[in-house]
Amino acid sequence: MSDLHGVIVSHAAVAQALVSAVTVITGIEGALTPVSNEGCGTEALAERLSQAVGAGPAVLFVDLPGGSCLTTSLRFAKRHADIAIVTGVNLAMLLDFVFHRNISPDEAARRAVDAGSKAIRVTAA
Amino acid sequence: MTLALYRVDDRLIHGQVVVGWGQPLNVSFIVLVDDEVRSSDWEQDLYRMGVPPSIEVRFASVDEAAQELAVWEADPRVGILLVGDIDTAVALAERAPQVRRFNIGGVHHRTGRTERLRFVYLTDDEARKLRALVARGVDVTAQDVPTARPIPIGEFT
Repeated sequence: MSDLHGVIVSHAAVAQALVSAVTVITGIEGALTPVSNEGCGTEALAERLSQAVGAGPAVLFVDLPGGSCLTTSLRFAKRHADIAIVTGVNLAMLLDFVFHRNISPDEAARRAVDAGSKAIRVTAA
Repeated sequence: MTLALYRVDDRLIHGQVVVGWGQPLNVSFIVLVDDEVRSSDWEQDLYRMGVPPSIEVRFASVDEAAQELAVWEADPRVGILLVGDIDTAVALAERAPQVRRFNIGGVHHRTGRTERLRFVYLTDDEARKLRALVARGVDVTAQDVPTARPIPIGEFT
């Protein structure tokens, strides 16, 4: 199984910033592609997403569990096989993802939810 | 209260609408007027996602909206009415003369459209249709979020 590709779909520059942070922390490049909805209507965002995903199997990491980024991602996944979608993207799940890409999109999505959820907590002062 | 906002936005239900406008207006319901979405359960499920349970979402065709408008306007809660394009806005205004205003919230780039504002791209035909709406007494301004200035039609058509 070839390495999975991750596409981050976000408002404004969140996706680009997350990709930069992953590269700074891990040195891994090319595993993630950012897509912003900035200035996009539905069709333009669908086109951006389609170009970012390419042929691949892929995991789509979406910022919010609703809204244009998610609806566009769901429409795309409906028409393409081997696409999994995770909402509530955070840096922790992406750091886990780039090191575990030799699995199916569905498995990678479940891993991401696990890794991302574990990173959210109230810390002691 | 009433329908506090009649909005043209090609993204239909999304963050700017639910959070950007929904929070300050204390919105309790959103009416999405679109013939295509009205006829697709799958599309309706899609647009319901991300809307908090405290906000009711209704779907209507243009014809249904023209009939129901008085009911929504008389609703004691605050609502937002959404359409996805200029043609739907014009069709609704023609069938329901009580529509007195439209907020142009997001009409984005597509072949044949030119940039009028950062968030408004129009074909010449769409610009003409908006001016015709204004000529019939409908107040049309462009404003993406509540904190922005409502831009009068003369500045973008």
